[in-house]
Amino acid sequence: MRRTPLIAGLAAVSLMLAACGSDNTADSGGSSPTAAASDTAAARDTAAASDTAAASDTAAASDSAGASDTAGASDTAAAGGTEVSASKVGDGGAGGDVGVFTWWADGSEKLGLDALTKIFSEMYPNNKFVNLAVAGGAGSNAKAKLASDLQAGNPPDSFQGHAGAELTDYINAGQIEPINDVIDSLGGDKVFPKDLLDRLTVDGKIYSVPSNIHRANVVWVNNEVLTKAGIDPKKAPADIKAWIADMDKLKAAGIATPLSIGGTWTQVELFETVLISDLGAEGYTGLFDGSTKWDDPKVTTAVADYAKLLEYTNTAADGDDWPPATDMVIEGKAAYNVMGDWAVAEFTSKGKKDGVDYSYWAVPGQDGVYDFLADSFTLPKGAKNAAGTKDWLMTVGSKEGQTAFNLAKGSIPARTDISKDIFPPYQQWAMDEFKSATIVSSIAHGAAVSLGWNTAISSAISKFMATKDQAGLQTDLVSAASDNLG
Amino acid sequence: MTTSTVDAIPVIPGQTNANTPKPGGGRATSARIVKYVLLFIFLVIVLIPAYVMIVTSFKPGAEISASRSWQLPINWTGQGWSKAWDTLKAPMGRSLAIASVAAIISSMLGSMNGFVFAKWRFPGSNMVFTLFLFGMFLPYPAIMIPLQQLLINDIGLSQGVVTLMVVHTIFGIPICSLIFRNYYATAVPNEILEAARVDGAGMWKTYTSIVLPVSIPGFVVTLIWQFTSAWNDFLFALFLSNSTNGPATYALQQLSGGQNPDYASSMAGALISSLPTLVIYIVLGRYFISGMMSGSVK
Amino acid sequence: MPDTSVADRETAAATPAPRPKRGMPTWLPGFLLVLPSIILIGVFIYYLIVKNFLTSLTNRNSNNLNLKVHFIGFDNYTRLANDSTYVHAWWNLLVLTVAFIIGTMVFGVLWALLLEKGPKFEGIFRSVYLFPMAISFIAASVAWKWLLNPQTGPNAIGLNQLFQLVGLDSLQNAWFSSNSKFNMVAMALPAVWQLSGYIMALFLAGFRGIPDDQREAARMDGASEFKIYRYVLFPQLSPVALSALIIIGHMSMKMFDLIYALAGATSYVAGVPATMLWAQLSTYKYGLAGANSTIILVVVAIFVIPYLIYTRRSEKKAGS
Repeated sequence: MRRTPLIAGLAAVSLMLAACGSDNTADSGGSSPTAAASDTAAARDTAAASDTAAASDTAAASDSAGASDTAGASDTAAAGGTEVSASKVGDGGAGGDVGVFTWWADGSEKLGLDALTKIFSEMYPNNKFVNLAVAGGAGSNAKAKLASDLQAGNPPDSFQGHAGAELTDYINAGQIEPINDVIDSLGGDKVFPKDLLDRLTVDGKIYSVPSNIHRANVVWVNNEVLTKAGIDPKKAPADIKAWIADMDKLKAAGIATPLSIGGTWTQVELFETVLISDLGAEGYTGLFDGSTKWDDPKVTTAVADYAKLLEYTNTAADGDDWPPATDMVIEGKAAYNVMGDWAVAEFTSKGKKDGVDYSYWAVPGQDGVYDFLADSFTLPKGAKNAAGTKDWLMTVGSKEGQTAFNLAKGSIPARTDISKDIFPPYQQWAMDEFKSATIVSSIAHGAAVSLGWNTAISSAISKFMATKDQAGLQTDLVSAASDNLG
Repeated sequence: MTTSTVDAIPVIPGQTNANTPKPGGGRATSARIVKYVLLFIFLVIVLIPAYVMIVTSFKPGAEISASRSWQLPINWTGQGWSKAWDTLKAPMGRSLAIASVAAIISSMLGSMNGFVFAKWRFPGSNMVFTLFLFGMFLPYPAIMIPLQQLLINDIGLSQGVVTLMVVHTIFGIPICSLIFRNYYATAVPNEILEAARVDGAGMWKTYTSIVLPVSIPGFVVTLIWQFTSAWNDFLFALFLSNSTNGPATYALQQLSGGQNPDYASSMAGALISSLPTLVIYIVLGRYFISGMMSGSVK
Repeated sequence: MPDTSVADRETAAATPAPRPKRGMPTWLPGFLLVLPSIILIGVFIYYLIVKNFLTSLTNRNSNNLNLKVHFIGFDNYTRLANDSTYVHAWWNLLVLTVAFIIGTMVFGVLWALLLEKGPKFEGIFRSVYLFPMAISFIAASVAWKWLLNPQTGPNAIGLNQLFQLVGLDSLQNAWFSSNSKFNMVAMALPAVWQLSGYIMALFLAGFRGIPDDQREAARMDGASEFKIYRYVLFPQLSPVALSALIIIGHMSMKMFDLIYALAGATSYVAGVPATMLWAQLSTYKYGLAGANSTIILVVVAIFVIPYLIYTRRSEKKAGS
């Protein structure tokens, strides 16, 4: 309230800016917090009773793209708006800027986002997509900035979040809105796997639309290295013990580091796959709701197995990227690398042939388990253009959007009603597996645990790399769990 | 600039000059050789990481790997450079604006503060100086969220270039004040100030006519610092701008921070974005000549 | 050397000599000149420091809406003090800071001495030595990640590989990833690379700020070059050296981007309070983060205050 005069002034300024013509609007609209602040303020004030989304919805419907949000929103909101159903695809869209926050700034991720944006502009020509990507640190820069923007009450229209536990932070903070209506109008559990929707549901509410699925528990294999050592590269060992036996063979054959690793998060990913093997899918999933204890003897076994595996790896610095580790397999310096399925792009870029130069299988001891991570998009509370956001979410969840996006990014669609024929061999395999396998959530990529818990586990794994203290690692894991399970 | 250095020196009699060996200086010559050998060795060491960046920037994707970082490209390509340039050209303009404004304003403020702290103290000025210094050590990540609230919600600025100018100017004041205070402590003899006082010059007159003219080396140092730190800053940029109005570091992060980092273009980008700063060093270096002080103070 | 500064005498006397013409004390214009800076620093630094400190006394360690924020005294501080990882991070910072200061000072002063008399190609050398500072660490860190890769032997990359190429195999090591108490010396390497040139510039400015007639006079008196440096030039550069120390020290205390880029925010071997701060902030542990940054500031005070006492004393000594 105490900021009312300031806001009024800002609203006046942004009206003037809007009047200055389309060039100015493109600059100040959406991306500019000046306009942003006044947008939400105006909408909130005038539309007080009716919801903000509805207000800007109708405003937009009668607006041509790129016109002044502020004026539009307050005018029609005052007239009282009838809600335009978000499910009505092809109505041209809500209009206005839709600022979408991601950490997809380069490479295949950027290509994926570009493909999705193209579909968005075809489906909803009235909307203008504003790319608010922040790169770096596997999304950690983006998350830090996002936290600050949300706290300051300056949310983007939609932001990317790892589907699953990582979104709980935003939900608990009351920063994102449920979007069950979008999921329903997309087809609900008829088009998305129920396993997946269960993992997105909190108290019956769904807060995000999944765009793509990655798999974390994949071993990438150099065929030539294994064949030379007399091991069949196509056939996965039965369990971790058998896998270690193969690594001994490789060592005997002169491969100094059979298994390659990168920075801390790749180590967490390796560790989580060992946990899955040693605890089984159900036991592993129980770790995150308290039904499996972290001081369970099976976790002790997993820690010991992980320690054993580290004897076969290269030394890596905590901050190393993942490509050098995958490159070791590509160059034949290592035989195996446990890496999410984005690694396939690295093999392709180095001119390697699927099945000829390299093979892949699920980490031993977990055939039929799909260690998933997914990206998804949200509707932040107080989004300037909530109706535009819903258009965006509809695009993200659409068949066309998921196909275009995943073809370019190299992941697989979250929808199960998309034909796999047009995807490359790896993705076809992954799509088959995703349909039939048991789905578990990745720790390293925010599906299983919140950001805070993930950080605690990462610190413990990083510390273990230096100390090799198995009991210490388990103690740290137990206290991380007790801190975060509440 | 080398020439001007050389020109400046012979004016002062008795000055040893590396370019005109002292008479009978067999020892001097060998000392000179040692000096150049040292300078050259350091040059090579400093350039080692740059070498890796340069060769990597010209490699096509298939050749880039950490294990081949010392090898020259087999197939040279400029793709990394053209992609980096496309990504960086607009943000670099914004960086230039931010860094220049921040460097100039905080250097000016720093010079005035430094003069007062060193030569025109007021009661409590030492305390104020201490507090300035102390504030410099504040770990910036800790204040990003309240800072954003202060600037955007309370003051009403919007994310982007202007906000970054303001922030870099303010957070540069302490370090500039420090550098100038300690610079003036050596560069401005009190006798001259005393003389000015006797002549009836006030503070502003003393500052502008006596102190400012001898401040050039100090300005070189603070401008270099401020320009560089504003140019290379990522933290403030991350929190106070976005990808549509952010500076070059923001764009650089987009080249290097993807899931599949594009090493060639990120290294090319690092080199491209270092060029304006390098030009600043060279331009400012021109004023970095000795002999200037004695001429202007006397 | 300068006599007692005009200002010193005035403030020491507590009642500065009033200017004859106007009724205001001589120090007032000086104060007015600094006032805008005081206001800016007050609002943007001290207001935020206080806010930060207040947060550190609360239980704001989650962003959950249901969290009832209340004061919990110094609990966050004791939690940090009992965290062995945090204590280890301070050790890391100490090693890093010492290595960083020694490294930059040695190279900075050495380069400044080599360039001080304006040898041929001075401009080229100076620009090249400054060049690393121009490279944003965002991107340079990619190269440094490779250079400081811990692998040795046949799979070595980076500097270890270079050592093999030039026949210095015995120099190979795991850099900052080694399990040594002093591994952070290696982390100082990129920092020294980046900032030595700046320390050189600082000293070069210092040397060139000293009026040439002083050397001339010493030379007339028959002093050797060494003695001129030892007794004429260096003593005057102590304020510059202290600027350099403070600059490097504050860089080191806040050094975050370098370590974050090379080792991530959750690294144990290379963790420092500033990276832990980032990890705390990004997991909404604002109370702990506030405590952490307050501790950093207090430790800084322990180092900065002696510096100020020292300068004050040395200035007084110079005056007597």
